[in-house]
Amino acid sequence: MNIFVLVKQVPDTETKIRVNASSSGIEAKEIAKWIVNPYDEHAIEEALKTKEKLKEGTVTAIAVGPDRVVEALRTALAMGCDNAIHIKADESIDTYVAAKALAAACKKESPQLIFAGKQAIDDDQAATFGYVAEYLDIPSVSVVVKVDVATDKKSLRAVREVEGGTHTVETSLPALIAVNQGINNPRYASLPGIMKAKKKEIKAHTLADLGLGSETALTKDSAFALPPPRKACVILQGEVPAQVKELVKRLREEAKVI
Amino acid sequence: MADVILIGEVNDGKLRRVTHEILGELVRQGVDPIVVIPGNGLAPSLAEELGKHGASKVVYLEHDGLKQYSTEGYANALHGYLGSKQISAIVTGATAQGKDFLPRLAAKLGVGMAGDCTELKASGGSFTVRRPVYAGKCSKAVEFVKGPAVFSIRPNVLQMETGKAKMASVEKAAANPGTIRAKIVEVHASGGKKVELTEADNIISGGRPLKEKFNILFECAETIGAAVGASRAACDEGFAAADMQVGQTGKTVSPKLYIACGISGAIQHLAGMRTAKVIVAVNKSADAPIFGVADYGLVADLFEVVPLLTQEFKALKS
Repeated sequence: MNIFVLVKQVPDTETKIRVNASSSGIEAKEIAKWIVNPYDEHAIEEALKTKEKLKEGTVTAIAVGPDRVVEALRTALAMGCDNAIHIKADESIDTYVAAKALAAACKKESPQLIFAGKQAIDDDQAATFGYVAEYLDIPSVSVVVKVDVATDKKSLRAVREVEGGTHTVETSLPALIAVNQGINNPRYASLPGIMKAKKKEIKAHTLADLGLGSETALTKDSAFALPPPRKACVILQGEVPAQVKELVKRLREEAKVI
Repeated sequence: MADVILIGEVNDGKLRRVTHEILGELVRQGVDPIVVIPGNGLAPSLAEELGKHGASKVVYLEHDGLKQYSTEGYANALHGYLGSKQISAIVTGATAQGKDFLPRLAAKLGVGMAGDCTELKASGGSFTVRRPVYAGKCSKAVEFVKGPAVFSIRPNVLQMETGKAKMASVEKAAANPGTIRAKIVEVHASGGKKVELTEADNIISGGRPLKEKFNILFECAETIGAAVGASRAACDEGFAAADMQVGQTGKTVSPKLYIACGISGAIQHLAGMRTAKVIVAVNKSADAPIFGVADYGLVADLFEVVPLLTQEFKALKS
């Protein structure tokens, strides 16, 4: 089975978020490290596990963005992906352009199954999966915590998390599955894997050669701002039972939340 | 003038609160939206309820194929209904359902979108929204280069409107859900009275020091109908289920009350809960960063505090 994984490179979760001078984004200098979006690590793991279970197939990681994203693709290769595709694009793209590009590059290779993370932890938009599936005209299931591909490889069942429970969704293939954490425990890249990944060729596309040279972002970001600072903390005093009594009193009378 | 479309969500025969919350905000900003509800055999009471919260126009977009939610059915039917109309904005709740179909609908319309917004501003038929990014460590304004503006709004953030009751007119429109390839075959409700984290008014969360004793949090939570959350460390170590994780790689919550027990307050965690209205921190270490965002702090052993808190809450309710 030809399996694809959509991978996004994001700033490390420990990054100190500051707004840049023009408020047009976060301060790039603060980003000490870029990582594979944690939800996409789960997607990579699920793709590799699916291949292992089916005992055949290839897993291709695909990412869109500036040259730095090659590093994320190397990580995907080191984890065990067979191939990687990099679509070169600058930082100005939005969900729409990124999804158009990912869909166009996927279309060339007709994957049967595409995995993605349910969202990226930088923009938190949780929309790329839907756009890509729509532009490929394939069904999608999001926030998935379990996947079972049918033995005939023509359909799958996915368990998706919803408020207060789950839905089990059955879909024909090809399909796109956006996974949530809890679906698996992503493997670490092995040392031989890392060595092998360094030598692998990464296929490159540009937006122009995907026929998307004239596409531009349809949303415009501005006015990045940090959340307003919270009031100073009131540290309750006295013995613990007195502190607890005081807390409940204040929650009731001062904060009026209970 | 172009219409504003609010896509309503029905759960268990009732509208989700977020539908009323968005409606309330639109009404306060002088927008009279058309509330479109996909489904089949929708009860007249839904429109009455919407009227009470300020809606004047409701459309029931009905088809047998919309009785049960499906990504494709909703996206197709809504696109079919809205595609040819003059529309300035399409908005829905950032729920499991809204987050699922809205990107596909936006893609069909060939427009950009903004997901999980916490503010919206309508002026002269155009919309600007603000949405948290980096799990709420920061937020940004989003403008739409071409219309309609498509966006979803986070539940529990905007206020419902109760003072502008109207009689809403109801129009029934025929829908075409098209071919549905991904279908729900099983619905499973998680057992008992478990309160959903992202919808909870009150949350009590625990960190690694709780170890196998999360039950004391559940006992305390039950007294005030709270949901129980956990830090990444507690989930990674298997002390709490993965779906309880609050933080950048878990759930983002904005309850009225958030009680953090034995959580030091890593950036990762703060990102997921800092928009809570009131934050209480219980931690043995006075230096824990959690006190930096908390409103009330107890520098104490959680194993001493939590049972006392349970007692106090119980006393309050009786």
